[in-house]
Amino acid sequence: MSELAIVRERAQKKSSLLPIPRILRERSVLPGFLPTLGFTWLYLSALVLIPIAALIVRASSLSWAQIVALISAPRTAAALYLSFGASFAAALVNTLIGTLVAWVLARYKFPGRSLLDAIVDLPFALPTSVAGIALTYVYSENGWLGSGLAQLGMPVAFTRVGIVVALTFVGMPFVVRTVQPVVQEIDAQLEEAAASLGATKLQTFTRVILPLLGPAIGAGFALSFARAVGEYGSVLFIAGNMPMQTEIAPLLIVSKLEQFDYAGAAVIGATMLAVSLALLLTVQLLERSVERRMGGDPS
Amino acid sequence: MSQPSLVRSEKPTGTGLLLLLLAVLFLLVLVVVPLVAVLGMAFAKGLDPFLVAIRHPDTLSAIKLTLLTAAIAVPLNALFGLTAAWAITKFNFRGKSILISLIDLPFTVSPVVAGLLFVLLFGSRGALGGFLSAHDIQIVYATPGIVLATIFVTFPFVARELIPLMQAQGNEEELAAITLGANGFQTFWRVTLPNIKWGIIYGVVVCTARAMGEFGAVSVVSGHVRGKTNTLPLHVEILYNDYQQIEAFSVASLLTVISLVALIVKKLIERKGLISARARGAL
Repeated sequence: MSELAIVRERAQKKSSLLPIPRILRERSVLPGFLPTLGFTWLYLSALVLIPIAALIVRASSLSWAQIVALISAPRTAAALYLSFGASFAAALVNTLIGTLVAWVLARYKFPGRSLLDAIVDLPFALPTSVAGIALTYVYSENGWLGSGLAQLGMPVAFTRVGIVVALTFVGMPFVVRTVQPVVQEIDAQLEEAAASLGATKLQTFTRVILPLLGPAIGAGFALSFARAVGEYGSVLFIAGNMPMQTEIAPLLIVSKLEQFDYAGAAVIGATMLAVSLALLLTVQLLERSVERRMGGDPS
Repeated sequence: MSQPSLVRSEKPTGTGLLLLLLAVLFLLVLVVVPLVAVLGMAFAKGLDPFLVAIRHPDTLSAIKLTLLTAAIAVPLNALFGLTAAWAITKFNFRGKSILISLIDLPFTVSPVVAGLLFVLLFGSRGALGGFLSAHDIQIVYATPGIVLATIFVTFPFVARELIPLMQAQGNEEELAAITLGANGFQTFWRVTLPNIKWGIIYGVVVCTARAMGEFGAVSVVSGHVRGKTNTLPLHVEILYNDYQQIEAFSVASLLTVISLVALIVKKLIERKGLISARARGAL
């Protein structure tokens, strides 16, 4: 801290008629600090924080024994197991093929590359109910792709496979968009060095490139998993929604609400919220690691 | 900064060609075929059934409610995004990093849980249910609930674009303007706003597309009343469950066109380099 700043701070401490902002922030000549920060916290609290707090209060009004009984009830346990299992499978598919798509988009020049790049964003843009009826139509037993798959002994719509297809659809862009910029940033010299030391292309990929992509692929996996766990619209149509078999957790929340079982809905909702928060934390740690590996120059 | 990727982008040969084909095949069966199916089904019997479906009073009222919801939710979230970005990027204060994380929170909440939050607060057996019914105020299963749920799920979009953008631009220009005697409003209007114009437009486009397309959260808080509390994505579900396939796909294709337009605008802004590369990473 410069001498001038110290002098200024002392002067402020002595003459502070408005103690709160001075303590909370550094002095700035730009206007609007209190109104903008005040509105930000107010709007955030009213629309996000208080509603979430209400959910936690409602869920924690039950005793531990009641909560455990609710979650381990066969239908709830089956729904949670299916939600997490299908989301894991979809995230795995996306990690493998999403990384491939990211690689192709970042490394190769070919006609229609920007079109392919835009197609990746479509699942972000398309409303989930539209995606739901479209996937159901295409993958049903007499649909364009479903009929062939059904003949091969793998019916898709109204089975768990269908759920994984819908969850793969909604989660795909997350992996591509997380991995793609990191592929672009890999220093060409690293690969040249590996090649000149006698590594094959495969060795260069598994020993040099893959470790560099690791954190980004991990973050993409977690993001696509988190999105899949919460997904409702697209799955609703393709799943068949049979309790114990093809009923996902978000659907169970809806059916509990329809029976006015607010406490049961709140407990499942709070469980899902806790899992998504844990995932978000993982993603932030991984992203920090990505930034470090990219040499701390994220621009 | 150097762009190694430009130097290394190569024409795919051998293994590369195989990888490219796999990627194209994957996107084809997962994304392109379903998209074509929506448009194909909507116009399977020609243009007339499509027009009949779109002009049906229930569809028109769903369009109206969808537009009304977006017209309330998007400006509010844009205003929030601007004020939050101003406070966060122009000043140093305690709790800043917590605030940034909290703004992102709605993205991690399942849409169904988002709807559940408002039912727990405002539903007939919710925390404020007794008070609301005593005063004859209906929030959940009515338009206000739909607007609240939409605001929640689109909450971070504008803020998320503007915070990295304004962070990258720094404070120097604003400080210069103030030093030269401009007042706060002039500084914002003439200095800050032109710099972040494209960031705002980008955020608003993404926010609007999501607001008009949200299904899960709105489904939980809507009463599913045809012609009353039905938005376009909900109307697709009702028609589909009624086995009105052509009608359902017609309304779905309308939503598809909206999201395609939003996507094209988004890509144009990205391609022209009108917003910084960092902000682009956001959803």
